Amino acid sequence: MMPTTAPYLGKDLVGLEHLSAAQIRAILDTAEPFKEISERPIKKVPVLRGKTIVNLFFEPSTRTRISFEFAEKRLSADTVNVAASGSSVVKGETLVDTARNLEAMRIDMVVIRHGSSGAARFLAERIPSNVINAGDGRHEHPTQGLLDMLTIRDKLGRLEGVRVCIVGDVLHSRVARSNIWGLTKLGAEVAVCGPPTLLPREIEALGVQVFTRVEEAIEWADVLNVLRLQLERMQGGYVPSLREYNRIFGVTQERVARAPRPLVIMHPGPMNRGVEIDSDVADGGQSVILNQVTNGVAVRMAVLYLLAGGAPERAEVAKHGE
Amino acid sequence: MSETGQLLMDERAVTRAVARMARELIERNQGVSRLSLLGIHRRGVQLADLVAEEIERAEGVRPPQGTLDITLYRDDLMAIGPRPIVGETRLPPEGVDGRAVVIVDDVLYTGRTVRAALDELADFGRPARIWLCVLVDRGGRELPIQPDVVGRVVEAGPEQRVDVLVPEIDGRLAVELVARTAPHGGGPAGDRVREAGGPDGAGGRERGERGDV
Repeated sequence: MMPTTAPYLGKDLVGLEHLSAAQIRAILDTAEPFKEISERPIKKVPVLRGKTIVNLFFEPSTRTRISFEFAEKRLSADTVNVAASGSSVVKGETLVDTARNLEAMRIDMVVIRHGSSGAARFLAERIPSNVINAGDGRHEHPTQGLLDMLTIRDKLGRLEGVRVCIVGDVLHSRVARSNIWGLTKLGAEVAVCGPPTLLPREIEALGVQVFTRVEEAIEWADVLNVLRLQLERMQGGYVPSLREYNRIFGVTQERVARAPRPLVIMHPGPMNRGVEIDSDVADGGQSVILNQVTNGVAVRMAVLYLLAGGAPERAEVAKHGE
Repeated sequence: MSETGQLLMDERAVTRAVARMARELIERNQGVSRLSLLGIHRRGVQLADLVAEEIERAEGVRPPQGTLDITLYRDDLMAIGPRPIVGETRLPPEGVDGRAVVIVDDVLYTGRTVRAALDELADFGRPARIWLCVLVDRGGRELPIQPDVVGRVVEAGPEQRVDVLVPEIDGRLAVELVARTAPHGGGPAGDRVREAGGPDGAGGRERGERGDV
């Protein structure tokens, strides 16, 4: 018989690495009914009424922050946005001090984006509020991984056996890491493709294939998830020039047209058109890039719903444990 | 399945009751014009199908149908532990504005599910009229909510559960009275949003789990 309650996710969502396949599947399944809420005339349900959520962004972000904010508001939460530039963070307050001050104002959840890997877990272990990682350094960006998985599942009807190749700067990418953890747990085959300088060493240990030629990746894959090439990588000496990168690794119409089967094209945004992806591919019929954005709101609503309110005794433990 | 209960209605009894409920709806609504049926997840959805079939048989017109999942409108959502799985809410393309909307559910108990359904409907629009149609009214209301069309009134105590079984989920069509077994935690009556309430021992049935978990 069908189960009637979702598996417990824990107090926080720090990454996909430590979630089980059942927990990840539960988030994706929960996102399905939440999609419909954004199509209603009144895009709001009273699930998180009276809950206060702080979006604590120590790094600039437009898409992720807005997506979280939409998700929170559509669940009727009260939201406060704290951006690093406008806060006492610039005055030297530590992450924990900032969070404890917010706690003192009686908040319920924190969504955190931070430049340091491990910042989300660090915070989660120190405050009783639910903590959701919206990207920490090179570590993970779990809701991006989840929305990518949901989008693939929507398009192809399954994740098991689907071949997904992540193309680009995998080395610095938390999106890549969350995708690799999540996809492999749900039975997809994952590969990465990029210049050797931008691929982590021993990436095969995560159970992924490596392609050094994008043409090979396209021949192999059902889905290409094209990562943004951070323009500052050029100063770091990882790639010689944008033109060179586009010539060798750019996902161009010409290359995509040679794929032996219909390819699904994804990009977590924001795109550098003409660098890692060409406009005619990004805007073409195989692109699901805007579906990713739509699904982002539904996935974040699902995560907020599944974390909120559950297991209050754990919150007590966290409160008294420190 | 679960423990066997006392049979209150067999398939023929349910079918007859549904046929009468359909006729009553048509009569009270003075026809099927602007009528829409919304089944409450899960077994209200199957019952709405049966009612719609009967209406079609009598009037030659099948009313638009939709489904309503009230989980996100529960009044105890933040008090309960594990997160309930959210079902599909799908309104008919006609919407609810100006319609005579019939909320269809299997069992009416505390009235909290119906309260949630009314709140959810209000977020979709302004029906001209809302009817409440249930197969079994088992008493035990905690809110001032009454049905308009009822298949059967059953006297059931808090230690008992009324199960409506439908072919799509349970393999047959029937109504049973079952003794509650091993209540999980045994919360206050207010916890029972789902009318039929009470988890069954097998932990399998959605209706049960929705109860006082």
